[in-house]
Amino acid sequence: MTTATIEATTEPEARHRTEHAPIPFRTVVGVELRKAFDTRSGFWLLAAIAAAGVIATGAVLAFAHDSDLTYDNFAGAIGVPMTILLPVVAILAVTGEWSQRAGLTTFTLVPHRGRVIRAKYVVTLTIGIASMALALAVGAVGNIVATGIKGIDTTWDLSPTSILYIVGADLIGMTIGFMLGVLTRNSAGAIVGYFSYWFVIPTLSMVLAANQSWFEKAQPWVDFNFDQGKLYDGGFTATDWSQLAVTGTFWLVLPLAFGLWRVLRAEVK
Amino acid sequence: MIIVDSLTKKYGGFTAVDHVTFRAEPGRVTGFLGPNGAGKSTTMRILVGLTPATSGTATVLGRRYADLPNPGREIGVLLDASAQHAGRTGREILTLAQRTMRVSRSRVDEMLDLVSLSDEESGRRVRDYSLGMRQRLGIATALIGDPDVLVLDEPANGLDPAGIRWMRDLLRGFANRGGTVLLSSHLLHEIEVIADDLVVIGNGHIVAAGTKSDLLAAAGTFAGAADLTALASALTRAGHTAEPSLGGLRTDADAVQVGRVALAAGVPLTELRPADGAGLEEMFLELTQDNAREEVAA
Repeated sequence: MTTATIEATTEPEARHRTEHAPIPFRTVVGVELRKAFDTRSGFWLLAAIAAAGVIATGAVLAFAHDSDLTYDNFAGAIGVPMTILLPVVAILAVTGEWSQRAGLTTFTLVPHRGRVIRAKYVVTLTIGIASMALALAVGAVGNIVATGIKGIDTTWDLSPTSILYIVGADLIGMTIGFMLGVLTRNSAGAIVGYFSYWFVIPTLSMVLAANQSWFEKAQPWVDFNFDQGKLYDGGFTATDWSQLAVTGTFWLVLPLAFGLWRVLRAEVK
Repeated sequence: MIIVDSLTKKYGGFTAVDHVTFRAEPGRVTGFLGPNGAGKSTTMRILVGLTPATSGTATVLGRRYADLPNPGREIGVLLDASAQHAGRTGREILTLAQRTMRVSRSRVDEMLDLVSLSDEESGRRVRDYSLGMRQRLGIATALIGDPDVLVLDEPANGLDPAGIRWMRDLLRGFANRGGTVLLSSHLLHEIEVIADDLVVIGNGHIVAAGTKSDLLAAAGTFAGAADLTALASALTRAGHTAEPSLGGLRTDADAVQVGRVALAAGVPLTELRPADGAGLEEMFLELTQDNAREEVAA
């Protein structure tokens, strides 16, 4: 049987249409932001974060001693559920493209995957910062209302520097979620990975440190979670920063770089 | 216009797409035909940059896909209607495409009208869609940017006969307005009614390409006779081919020549007509069987 193929040439297209402007990055970010809210899982996750904040404020109001009605406690109570749940927002933003196969359309409409992934990271950080701002605002209202009801002095015991440390710690947390999403490209896998990362490894590390004195000394240099935890207490020294840099490179930067390298090359099926 | 030039994709030792070369011309519907696993989808994914090629090039409207500034405005793509976030509504999926391409918001309703998805249906989540509805939504997404080129992978899957007819009219109209259409199928009859040009692929190779009428004409003449053996030997003696075909035989001689040969040999004919794609069908069947055999062997 003869193989009839047509000679291919590269002559220019005869029919000319308007030259389209490139898709601006802000459009990609806007679409990705919308995608974080427009599914049931995304919507309920963010609703759950908001609800947890309100419940936490109420709980502090109802159960805390008068002396504990401080800004630090209000903001902390709201911040803790956020710190745990926000990285899941980052995970789902990335993995939906693969687990739900939406990437087939996304990466066809925007063929430069790096731009989509960058946009997703911008959205992740934006949601992180907006949520923290909300937590601090709700905490401030809770603090004023609570002390007003009880007729005690309002205590503002959270310095701007501490706030920066806390926001930094939360953004690292969200980046961890983002990294796990990029690395696994699978929602279930990334969420399981995230909770191991958050609860299992730190617990093992804590037990080991309590029983082995050599590990107690080494812990700040190997346990990323331990170093992140210190951010909530603020007041970092040069040693603290270098420990965070060492563990962060190993637990976050390297896996993220590997994940990104694969995402940009992998087939989208 | 789509130009695919010597495109090759290897997975380890396995060559899924082997020096595939063809073009899809504006104003025509090009059918990309091949059995499952022949390399159709891989070729299409390479074309739109979802899979990197091992070697070779593919261009759309004279450019590599990745170099198109706003691809959705120039080429509408539907590779897999089921590849959507199940938790989004149909309308939301169209809105995301509309926003990414920066076309007018009214296009969303226009496209829903075009593919006959009602307000109620477009407000449902895609997990509750039938495959036919997903195909319609996928076609709406492909068309929302008012592109010049359409690339559709097995778009007729899941459509009922009325849906297939609707799609045929839609693609015909698109091509008649100067658009380029490339659509794949593993069913010859499905593609036969839509396509102007055919590209047939098997085991990663292009095995035939040309206009539908050429490929069908190339099939020669079908002749039926009570004594097929006598007719076959008479044709062979006269220097023509004679291959058994369903209920008769197929020959490269035209109808007049077959009539003369039969008269001279004294063999009464029971049927005489152009073979009409019988050759294409046999070739395609052969390809499919080759593949089926390999799957059994593997």
